[in-house]
Amino acid sequence: MQPKLWPILAAPLIRQNPVMLQILGICSALAVTTTVATALTMSVALTAVLVMGAAIISAIRRHIPSTIRIMLQIIIVASLVIVIDQILQAWFFELSQSLSVYVSLIATNCLVLGRTESFALRNPPLPSAVDALGNGLGYSLVLVTMGGVRELFGAGELLGHTVLPTVDQGGWFEPLSLMMLAPSAFFLLGLMIWGLRSLIPEQVEQPEFQTPEVAEAQR
Amino acid sequence: MNDLGALFLNAMLVENMPLTLFLGLCTFLALSRRPGTAVGLGLAVILVMGVTVPLNQVIYAHLLAPGSWAWAGMPDLDLSHLSLLSFIAVIAAMVQLVEMLLDRFFPAIHASFGVFLPLLAVHCAIVGGSLFMEERRYGFVESLVFGLGGGAGFALAVIMLSAIRARLAYADLPDGLRGLGSAFLLTGMMSLGFSAFAQMVAP
Repeated sequence: MQPKLWPILAAPLIRQNPVMLQILGICSALAVTTTVATALTMSVALTAVLVMGAAIISAIRRHIPSTIRIMLQIIIVASLVIVIDQILQAWFFELSQSLSVYVSLIATNCLVLGRTESFALRNPPLPSAVDALGNGLGYSLVLVTMGGVRELFGAGELLGHTVLPTVDQGGWFEPLSLMMLAPSAFFLLGLMIWGLRSLIPEQVEQPEFQTPEVAEAQR
Repeated sequence: MNDLGALFLNAMLVENMPLTLFLGLCTFLALSRRPGTAVGLGLAVILVMGVTVPLNQVIYAHLLAPGSWAWAGMPDLDLSHLSLLSFIAVIAAMVQLVEMLLDRFFPAIHASFGVFLPLLAVHCAIVGGSLFMEERRYGFVESLVFGLGGGAGFALAVIMLSAIRARLAYADLPDGLRGLGSAFLLTGMMSLGFSAFAQMVAP
C-alpha cells in the first residue's frame, strides 16, 4: 500500500471540504437537510455513486477520448444514479418519496463531475476511489451536521427521537419553524463557512477592491 | 388560460428554482458577481428551459411512459427508469444545437450569452425542471409554461443577487464572510423574501 492514501482521504474532510470550500454539490446539500434521516440517505447515496463512478472512470481513463469525456462521465454517473434510485424506491419507498427528484439530481451534482474530471481522469483506481470516499465523507459531514441542527431546533427531535420536548407535547421547547423552511439552510451554511474561515484564515477570499489607505499601508 | 398563468407565476415566484428548491446553485453563486454576466446567464437559462422541458415531455410521453409502446404490440413495456439518462442526453444535445443555431443566425445574441450555454448542459435547475415535469405529469403546453416560468424565476433571482453583490463589493465585511459566506447569507434573506409569495398562488 502506498503511504500517501491517508492524506488523500483526510484532506477533503475539513480543510478542503467539497461543500464549504470548493462550492461543489451545494444544491442537494441544502435541499435534503430538513431531517437527519434524509441527510444521511442522501450522503450514503452520493458517496456510493462517487466512489463507484471514480473507480470505473479511473479504470478506463486511458481509453476515453478527451473530446467526449464529459458525455461519457455523465452517462456512467447517470447509470449508477438510476441503479441507486431504483434500490431506494424498492426498499426505502418513503425516504425516496421525501427525497423527491434530488436523488436523480446526483447525476448532475457538480461534486461528482468535479472529482472525476479533476482527479479520477489522472490517477489510478485505488487513489481515485479513496479521494472520492474522502470527498463523499466531507460532504456527508456537512449534510448530517446541518440536518442535525435543523431537525433539533425545528422539531426538537433527532432521528425521530424526542430530544427537546416541544410545547405541543407538554414540554418546554418552542420549535423554531424557520428551521424547517428554505432560508435557514442558506443562513446555516453561510454561518458555517464564516466559522470555518475564521478558524482557518488561509481560506479567506481576497477582496476585489481595497481602499486607497489600505493599499498605501501595505506598500 | 387562467390556470396556465397561475402555473407560470407558481414556477417563477413560489417555487423559485434557486431560492426555494435549491436548484442550480453552483452557477447561481459563481456567476453572480457582476450584473452583466448575470443577465446573460438568466437569458440563457430561460431559453434552454423553454426548449428542453417541452421536448423532454414529448419524448417521455411518446417513448418512455408505461404503455406508450402499445401501438407496437408491447403494452407492458415500461421504460420510465431510463428517463433520467435520456433527459440528460437531450439537454446536452439541445444545448449544443441551440448554441450552433445562435452562432449561425444571431451572432450578436451568441456573443452576449453564448459563453454560458455549454455550462447549462449539466445545470441542476434544467434537469430538475424536466424531472418535475415527469413527476407531476404535465402536458405539452403546461410543460412549456412551466419551463419558461422556471427559467424566468432563475433569471430574476440571479440578476437580483448580482445587483446586491455589486453594491456590496465596496463594503467592509469581516474577513471570513467575504465572498461565499456573504453570498449565502444574502441568498438566505432573498429566500426569506420570496417565501412571502407562497400564499400568492393557491396550489
